[in-house]
Amino acid sequence: MTESQGIMGKGVARADARRLVAGAGCYVDDIGAPGALHIAFVRSTHAHAAILSVDTAAAACMPGVVRVVCAGDLEGICKPMQVAMPGLNMPTASLQYPLAIDEVCWQGAPVAAIAARSREQAEDAAEHVLVEYEELPAVVDAQQALTPDSPRAVLGREGNMALDCTFGNVNVAASFAAAATVVEQRIVFDRQTGVSLESRGIIAAFSPLSGELTVHMSHQSPFQMREVFSELLNLPNHRVRVVCPDVGGAFGLKLHAYPDEVAVAAIAILLGRTIRFQADRLESFLSDAHAREAIGVARLALDSAGRFLAFDVEALSGLGAYQPYPRGSVGEGLHMAQMVGAPYQFDNFRARLRAVHQNKSPTGAYRGVGQPLACTLTETLVDRAARAIGMDPAELRRRNFLPAEHTSRTTPAGLEMGAVSLQPCLDTLLAMMQYEDLRREQQRLRKQRVYRGIGIASFIEMTAVGAALYGANQIAVAAQEGCSVRLEPSGTVLCHSSATDQGQGVRTGIAQIVAQALGIGAADVTVRAGDTASSPVGGGAWASRGMAIGGQAALLAAEELRGKILKLGARILKTPAEQIELADGGLRSAANARTLSLAELANIAYFRQHQLPGGGCPELSATRHYAPQGFPYLTANGIQGCLVEVDIETGMIGVLRLWVVHDCGRVVNPLLVDEQIRGGVAQGIGGVLYEHCEYSESGQLSNGTLADYLVPMAGELPDIEVAHVASVAAETALGAKGVGEAGTIGAGAALWNAVNDALAPLGAAMEQQPFSPDRVLRALAVAARTSTSPALAPTADIDSVNA
Amino acid sequence: MKPSAFEYLRPNSLIEAAAMLEEAGDGAQILAGGQSLVPTLSLRLSSPTLLIDINRVADSAPLEHCDGVVRCGARIRHVELERSTMVRQHAPLLALAMPHVAHPAIRNRGTPCGSIALADPAAEIPACALALNADIVLQNSGGRRTVPAEKYFIGLYETARLSTEVVVELRFPAARSSDRFGFAELSRRRGDFAIVGIAAAAQLEDNGIRSLRLVIFGCEPIPRVSAAAHAMAQGREIGELPIEEIADAVAAELDPMENAQGDAAAKRQQAYAMAKRVMAQLNEREV
Amino acid sequence: MSQASKSSVDVAFVVNGSAISEQVAPRITLVDFLRQRLGLTGSHVGCEHGVCGACHVRVDGQVLRGCLLLAVQADGAEVQTIEGLSSSGEIADLQEAFVRRNAMQCGFCTPGMLMIAADILARREVPSREAIRDALSGNYCRCTGYQSIVDAIEEVALARHGIAA
Repeated sequence: MTESQGIMGKGVARADARRLVAGAGCYVDDIGAPGALHIAFVRSTHAHAAILSVDTAAAACMPGVVRVVCAGDLEGICKPMQVAMPGLNMPTASLQYPLAIDEVCWQGAPVAAIAARSREQAEDAAEHVLVEYEELPAVVDAQQALTPDSPRAVLGREGNMALDCTFGNVNVAASFAAAATVVEQRIVFDRQTGVSLESRGIIAAFSPLSGELTVHMSHQSPFQMREVFSELLNLPNHRVRVVCPDVGGAFGLKLHAYPDEVAVAAIAILLGRTIRFQADRLESFLSDAHAREAIGVARLALDSAGRFLAFDVEALSGLGAYQPYPRGSVGEGLHMAQMVGAPYQFDNFRARLRAVHQNKSPTGAYRGVGQPLACTLTETLVDRAARAIGMDPAELRRRNFLPAEHTSRTTPAGLEMGAVSLQPCLDTLLAMMQYEDLRREQQRLRKQRVYRGIGIASFIEMTAVGAALYGANQIAVAAQEGCSVRLEPSGTVLCHSSATDQGQGVRTGIAQIVAQALGIGAADVTVRAGDTASSPVGGGAWASRGMAIGGQAALLAAEELRGKILKLGARILKTPAEQIELADGGLRSAANARTLSLAELANIAYFRQHQLPGGGCPELSATRHYAPQGFPYLTANGIQGCLVEVDIETGMIGVLRLWVVHDCGRVVNPLLVDEQIRGGVAQGIGGVLYEHCEYSESGQLSNGTLADYLVPMAGELPDIEVAHVASVAAETALGAKGVGEAGTIGAGAALWNAVNDALAPLGAAMEQQPFSPDRVLRALAVAARTSTSPALAPTADIDSVNA
Repeated sequence: MKPSAFEYLRPNSLIEAAAMLEEAGDGAQILAGGQSLVPTLSLRLSSPTLLIDINRVADSAPLEHCDGVVRCGARIRHVELERSTMVRQHAPLLALAMPHVAHPAIRNRGTPCGSIALADPAAEIPACALALNADIVLQNSGGRRTVPAEKYFIGLYETARLSTEVVVELRFPAARSSDRFGFAELSRRRGDFAIVGIAAAAQLEDNGIRSLRLVIFGCEPIPRVSAAAHAMAQGREIGELPIEEIADAVAAELDPMENAQGDAAAKRQQAYAMAKRVMAQLNEREV
Repeated sequence: MSQASKSSVDVAFVVNGSAISEQVAPRITLVDFLRQRLGLTGSHVGCEHGVCGACHVRVDGQVLRGCLLLAVQADGAEVQTIEGLSSSGEIADLQEAFVRRNAMQCGFCTPGMLMIAADILARREVPSREAIRDALSGNYCRCTGYQSIVDAIEEVALARHGIAA
């Protein structure tokens, strides 16, 4: 594609933005649905219990209540969900019913639903539903879930293990035996949740007369949900329409089929009317997909020159009670295990992942999906190695990075690695940070007992994931994206994309791509998405695919339309197509200087075909799909830097500066890309400094409000400096790689390294995130009691994962 | 999360409000700023049958400096204290504390009287009231009575206010020109509840400390004046306070609630740090 | 008023310049009333416990959390929502800066942010970036990392004082 002075690469403002700043967004809860009934759920208050009885008599009589729905009412209307991934060796998954039958396995599981004329009345009635429970033994701790005599998270299962798999090979033992240095790092990652500001919401309308189900929902993947509703509710595919309007943040949590949302659709069929549900904030904390709960122990073997020989990883992933339908949740553990060491060259690799069920909320996709964990394990380990051998951490990385000239190959971990640009990213980062100056200042301040820390973290990320993930596991999730373009009589272009937008701005990027191909302004391209009735079939938004795949589909469609425009233009202008220039909203013949606006061309084609020499009915539209071919995903890479100051008296950590250097190939819109990176960084920082879902020993979530679950606000973050290295992806004509998750993948690791760098002279190190002040103080206290040599942090016990 | 249903009354005077409270008995609550009450209703942690809204009463005292007292009536919002030059001059400790009270939109509506009525252990206003030896004026159907701050805070969310009484006025002794003040609060994020906070007021005679009221709040059920700090500071020259010793003693006195924010050891460590910072402020700050 | 009422109370107030007169149950919050009864869906519900700031509205000139005020309490008041601020043109420069700088992604926090930003801009002095971050400390955004929002507000603050950003 030509590199003319087009609008690709420009920071074009989003068309949506004008609506959003005027308060004219349209989110699910904004949609009026006269006569719709509101749902409030009765949810389990126990982590694990048998349901003995559900008494709805009192609730059914309360004002405004139309129906109280229990599990039995949905039998015959809605099948249970059962995750299956035949490509992985997993035991049969448990059935998950929309409303629990007989047994609840996590606090918050929906047990009954009230359909009433208002949400207030539904909640009033929900308080009067009497559920008799018999508490069952609960397993909450993931390590305990591994033990043979652990309570079963779901009754009747042989064990709590969902997946036990190994990557790499046993040669790793030889590497460790021959190593000059071995370092080890154990990290406990506390559970987190996505906390999108707009909670999950759904409006399901069923017409018994037409047999059609229309669903408006706050979701990332309308086509997936169409398949899900069709499958679970036994409706033919073409009678189900799913529309995703404006979505107020998603981050992966809105990728799943939730039992409460499925219940709403089923109730719409049961009652033959429109039913709506918006999760409130308490429900969100309890029932949105959680993520990140894991324990990782990683070891690195180095030779005497500081060259990496091998990585060895033990990973334990806590899944909650069920894997969410249809995608499952083992992806986080798989990436956590397999991607350790990804940016580096080394000979041997072994990783074992065990993913277990527990009586907690089901986990699912959350920005980065395991890659942030792999990056944190890797980069803390590399820093540990640097300290152990007395080498600067940046230098140690430089010596071991995958070289730029390396192209597609399979790593010892089994990863397909595309081209990388780690060295240029590191060079750029160190220059931006003025790294040497920071180190000098750090030394100077240490003498005054002011403890600053500098951390860097490099990362590889999988973007634009293709069909090898879900398709190979027979899960009906589209891994391709499509784009339809149509020239309108006004000379503008109407475009439908299967890529969905929850704020990333992908529609604007697509507008730019289409506009550049057709020689018009981005404002003259209207992009619609998110409606299975009009969008081309495609995946939606996940695994950083919007520009990389959706943009490529748009490019193909726009170029096809361009060809058609030129062909028709050639007939009208009586000029060979190759001598026609398409620019500024019109065609110009280089041969005879005749011009024709796109509007005029369109009018001839649509309204005045009789004027066409040679007759016929020209097509001025095109639809093209694109799926990654020949590669399972596009690897992007980057490196992040972090400067912190740790107040050793209070345990408070101040994040002073943040830097990101990222290579996502072609940058279609730098404004959008930089903001995606910054938002991702904020989430990564949040997970390390503030965020965790706190569970009691009996499996009760104790901090499920926004006052208690702490997310970073404006006062807690500094400005985030972003720079780009652009090695255009060779795999697609567009050359863009994904970027949506980049910020989150590396930020946590950079912060980990910065804090441990600050604490190193005191012999202290953090081993669990988030770094609450009391955990920092405890680490310092432990160091003060035990340390003799400040340079070395204590090594971890690998058996602690197996305990 | 929608509140349970309740009745709603909006009296024209505080006397009327007290009468309504008494008549309604259990299940009635006063609605002032609502910034703490309304969330509990939405969360259904609290289901009163009647809310008595005092936001339009005609007999609320103004925010004013009068006869050596800074008075603050029931309808006065936090933001009014925050923006008041009078408060900055005559009750500087309150001016120091105000930016720490929640967030701007909350301060626009929440009230200091309401904060005293709730007596959240992490709240700033109760700590300042204790440090300044303020008086709390309570209205009941029979009239008014005044309770000094030292006698007002009894236990966790438990105060001397009877359930038939309304907090109608706070009376802070106005600062003398030689008084020194300090305030520091440790919280996870800007505007969060205090993990541990210190509000301190020192009265000087010549350059010597006649009394030091150093109040710790946030990690015990009620705000508390540190006996040790007063004993160690009394008589000493300002500028020659044994800061570390006093901070040590403040930390040692602490009997913190252990919760998700940390164990006792962490909170003592943090109280020590905050106490040092406040005492450094006392040294340098003049009215 | 001195009559106790549970089911419905008369309220009359001005919203974005228009007088409204309705009956509302005491337990209905102002933000729910504005959204559901008046169709003013620009103010958003993010938490219903006063933490996220998505529900900010202006009541008698003050920015308040709409989820912490009962609709009945707005009786006699002058209420402005994001729709009103937008159509009056009061924040046109701020909105333009937000659009140009992409100071939003999903847009859900944006009305609440604009409300508090308008407040910051009404101050006499030009706020520092630190002061802007402090003033925004009660508004949750999950998408942006806040920097572009701070940039937009700073730019407008400087412009209004005649200083180029």
